[in-house]
Amino acid sequence: MHIEPSFRKRYHKALSDTAMLKAVKNGTGRLRGQRATAVEAVGAERWMEFRNRAEAIRMHVIQHLDQYLEQLIDNVLKKGGHVCLAKTGEEAVQYISELAKKKNAKSILKSKSMVSEEIHLNPALEKQGCKVIESDLGEWIIQLAGETPSHIIAPAMHKNRFQVADLFNAVSEEKIPTEIADLCGYARKYLREKFLGIDIGITGCNFALADSGAITLCTNEGNARIISALSPTLVTIMGMERILPGLEELTVMLSLLARSATGQKLTVYNTLSTGVRKEEELDGPQEFHLVIVDNGRSRQLGTKYEKILNCIRCGSCLNACPVYRNIGGHAYGWVYPGPIGAVLSPLYQGMDKYGELAYATTLCGACTFACPVKIPLHDMLYALRNDKVELEKTGELAEDIAYKGWSATFASMSRYRFSIRMARRFQFPLVKAEKIAFGPPPISDWLKHRDMPALPNKFFHEIWPEMNKDRKE
Amino acid sequence: MYGGVNLKASLFVTCIADMMYADVGKSVVQVLRRNGVELDFPEGQTCCGQPAFSSGYYKETAIVAKKMIEVFENSEKVVIPSGSCAAMIHHGYPILFENDPKWKKRAEEFVAKTYEFSQFIVDILGITDVGATFNKKVTYHSSCHMSRILGVEEQPKILLKNVKGIDFVELPFAYDCCGFGGTFSMKMADISGAIVEEKVDNIISTGAEVLAGSDLTCLMNIGGRLSRRGIPIKVMHLAQVLDQGGGKNAY
Repeated sequence: MHIEPSFRKRYHKALSDTAMLKAVKNGTGRLRGQRATAVEAVGAERWMEFRNRAEAIRMHVIQHLDQYLEQLIDNVLKKGGHVCLAKTGEEAVQYISELAKKKNAKSILKSKSMVSEEIHLNPALEKQGCKVIESDLGEWIIQLAGETPSHIIAPAMHKNRFQVADLFNAVSEEKIPTEIADLCGYARKYLREKFLGIDIGITGCNFALADSGAITLCTNEGNARIISALSPTLVTIMGMERILPGLEELTVMLSLLARSATGQKLTVYNTLSTGVRKEEELDGPQEFHLVIVDNGRSRQLGTKYEKILNCIRCGSCLNACPVYRNIGGHAYGWVYPGPIGAVLSPLYQGMDKYGELAYATTLCGACTFACPVKIPLHDMLYALRNDKVELEKTGELAEDIAYKGWSATFASMSRYRFSIRMARRFQFPLVKAEKIAFGPPPISDWLKHRDMPALPNKFFHEIWPEMNKDRKE
Repeated sequence: MYGGVNLKASLFVTCIADMMYADVGKSVVQVLRRNGVELDFPEGQTCCGQPAFSSGYYKETAIVAKKMIEVFENSEKVVIPSGSCAAMIHHGYPILFENDPKWKKRAEEFVAKTYEFSQFIVDILGITDVGATFNKKVTYHSSCHMSRILGVEEQPKILLKNVKGIDFVELPFAYDCCGFGGTFSMKMADISGAIVEEKVDNIISTGAEVLAGSDLTCLMNIGGRLSRRGIPIKVMHLAQVLDQGGGKNAY
């Protein structure tokens, strides 16, 4: 899928796609409504306690990431697995591609993995002749459409059922009705058959447990469970930060993850799978590979952005964000959209490429409050803007000069008052009926969608003396 | 005078109220004086620094912020009729002076005595009915920085609900951003426009005659869109509503 390099062009395209926007507003509206109901059922105070515990757990892991990684890797190896610690996305793709070659794999079945989207795994495997099938319903829809996910937990949120029916009808021999139950029924029938001939199964990872080497997978469709049970060779891809110490911490995270993501008390299928099939076991892989991907993550350790590694990919900041709800996910450009994407993309992929996303926010703070692990997302967006100014230089000379001028003016009352008096004196060509509807840049941008009140005849500081004339001291 | 309060406070009117909404400043003064506050207006005040801070220009912000800290150094309490400006001082100033212990301490002292208008009336004066009368159907937009960052959510609504004659209706999705976001409204004008459109649709759905709020920039944004669409819903700052029918001017 070609991605337009200019953010401005991307979001303008999004703003004109009414079918997509309607679908996104429906989807986010449903998810955040369900989340609100779930949080209310828990009670605000207890919810805050849960968030505090989850934050403490994640912070502890991130601050001891080296130790937990070592423990995890030890346990995976002990249980007969293989481990690849990939510094970059390319390294991870290369490892999995070589494995597929070695296994002479024809059919590769995947369950949902955002990291695999991040490292562009599917195109690489397809290039060497593998048939890759996404088994998560949403992922399969966007695979058929040749698109990328537009939401972290609902990758096809931007599509409506009519569009989905068109995609299914392109691969189906029979005509599929546009009712949701029929569409799901078809997907189930189609995908079920594929599970039987897997050469390699690939899953993502919600949490890896350091003390046992177990991989936790949360799905509502059960597809990840089937893949981990039936694949002769199983590959799990995880971001290097997705570790928890053990089961006790997992219980806290699972109850927060489901409620934050969809408002469920618990995701339908929570699968823990550990290592390779033992002799007495009936299912499970004969070979297991854990691919741990860094790809910009370790660079955040010890910085003011470290807490971004707390993220458990619930998607709740997306649903809370007024910008996401009005432009959808693709406009953000990289694999993670919304507030988390606006922070992750410049941090992982570079400020030069994605720095503009730090401005794709009203700084309303809804994301920070929706976050189950208390990442101060909107504070990070401020900090990214500051980094852009201090470290990288905005490259926008006009803006640099404007703020130099602003601080010189506003640091002095007389200069400030002089400048607003001048503005009042010279606003007359723009004023009509006490408001301004047309004007030169930069206020022309404001005036595109709204009017602006004209500066009044008297400023407050001019009224103040009148208000005190008759007062006794 | 209510409850026999007599408290000294300084008004930080904010640049936006000073230059664009003098009437709001006037109502703030009248409501506070009517409720027993002895108010002064320290010379030298301009802006809290929010525009530059939000754009990432921390150094430029700090120059102005230091000036404001000095201006209000001798004030016992500071009242600001704007949620986001109060939040800027409470949340932004400590970030600005993180690595400057001397100014950090002075900033913290400023933070400790600074209150948003409704917060000051309800939490400090202990007043929940300011004695206003307003026979209109009113809804209220809870601005993001005021409710989320400053944590002032209920106070303005308590004050509104106690206005005589008022028909108060909750705004659906009141906690959603109006799309202003400072320079966002100009840098990404079309996204901002789409967000404010949602807000305006929600306001219209209440059937209210008046939209009240506690942050003038949000109100300027929402009011500007209402005006552009030609919708005759009046936009008022909370202080202007609380100033209605309060007897003769107190000054």
